[in-house]
Amino acid sequence: MALAKRIIPCLDVDNGRVVKGVQFVDIRDAGDPVEVAKRYNEQGADEITFLDISATHEGRDTMVHMVEQIAKEIFIPLTVGGGIRKVEDIRTMLNAGADKVGINSAAITNPEFVKEAAEKFGSQCIVIAIDAKKVSGEGEANRWEIFTHGGRKATGIDAVEWAIKMTQYGAGEVLLTSMDGDGTKAGYDLELTRAVSEAVQVPVIASGGVGNLQHLVDGVVEGMADAVLAASIFHFGEFSVPQAKAFMAEAGIEVRF
Amino acid sequence: MSKNIAIIDYGMGNLHSVASAVEHVCPDSQINITADAKIILEADHVILPGVGAIRDCMHEIRRLKVDETVQQVIKQKQPLLGVCVGMQALMTHSEENGGIECLNYFPGEVKLFQGDQFTPGHAEHLKVPHMGWNNVEQLVNHAVFHGIASDTRFYFVHSFYAQMNEHAIGACEYGPKFAAMLAKDNVVAVQFHPEKSHQAGLRLIRNFLNWDGQ
Repeated sequence: MALAKRIIPCLDVDNGRVVKGVQFVDIRDAGDPVEVAKRYNEQGADEITFLDISATHEGRDTMVHMVEQIAKEIFIPLTVGGGIRKVEDIRTMLNAGADKVGINSAAITNPEFVKEAAEKFGSQCIVIAIDAKKVSGEGEANRWEIFTHGGRKATGIDAVEWAIKMTQYGAGEVLLTSMDGDGTKAGYDLELTRAVSEAVQVPVIASGGVGNLQHLVDGVVEGMADAVLAASIFHFGEFSVPQAKAFMAEAGIEVRF
Repeated sequence: MSKNIAIIDYGMGNLHSVASAVEHVCPDSQINITADAKIILEADHVILPGVGAIRDCMHEIRRLKVDETVQQVIKQKQPLLGVCVGMQALMTHSEENGGIECLNYFPGEVKLFQGDQFTPGHAEHLKVPHMGWNNVEQLVNHAVFHGIASDTRFYFVHSFYAQMNEHAIGACEYGPKFAAMLAKDNVVAVQFHPEKSHQAGLRLIRNFLNWDGQ
């Protein structure tokens, strides 16, 4: 017995609908977020993450309302990310019922924001969300860089160093997405996951690229992730959360049933 | 079941999730989120939550005289549930923020998990905060355990822990074994978040609201 590795279904929400794109481009509709969240809660998900990908203010207001509805019915932790730019955004989401917020591009523009957020609300509710791509060539030492704008814009920031800095600034968890893997179903970037997990003291959530249940196992065993996040394998009914947990338990991983 | 429930609000953290879990298991009750001693002392059940740094929590607890109210709640034998930092506040002392005196209802020290303390059998280093679902071993019988098996998992998120002491009724292991639950007379305190622990957590809250504190 020990702390269980968490399975976290992720809902990318655009204008009130769950969507899932392949490398953030080809978007498929996956249902009503409240219904989808309830289903995962009943299936025994350990946590749920919402990423707001709406570009409009209307979309963001819908998101706040949705978090309120979900928080009333679901008694597991909820993380909300996407568009968190100011202290006020964090307060709004926590008041709506989120337990943690993910900060991504706002941290790149202003790293002090993470420090301020952690001091104000506590590290336990500040997640640093990192979107990284491999930039080292064949035969070179591995190097990953932070990308913004859905993977189109390089920042020149080293992903592992960034994770260390942000956790020193007070982030209590790292949500690490491989932009190379996202939506491809080719599996997590295990070297990236491991490099970050070994470099920071806080828990790391592996994200981006899950296509089958073995990928979840690899994320924990080889990537040394503390939690594994997946979207499309659950949304489209390929696998259920209990199936994923049974598979991980079979591989010797501690999970919660 | 309880008719009138007070959730003590001393300005630290989000009390909505605690209130929403209480409302879910006890829909006909009146829930007051307050620091008003009069309302708290008239409640059937009292909950002391807490999130954030202990220095800020203790500062607000003293400034709002919540410490005196809590003493009174204990004296009046009202059932009291401390949650997370609300549990740590009931201990003697915390080493967080350079050392903070707490309410000293449960004897003992609140300590920091050390990232370099390895869990036996695991090569990986200990991640801090301790975040996620871990087993709670039941050490004695208590009304709040009714219908919950020993070693059931609850959701934890904390970097500091209460050392084991004679009032521990539930133990958890993360590096060291620590007190996941404490109980003495009409007080129960939990380090995990029952309001975020799905069925088991809701069951524990329901058990508390059915408990007369004896």
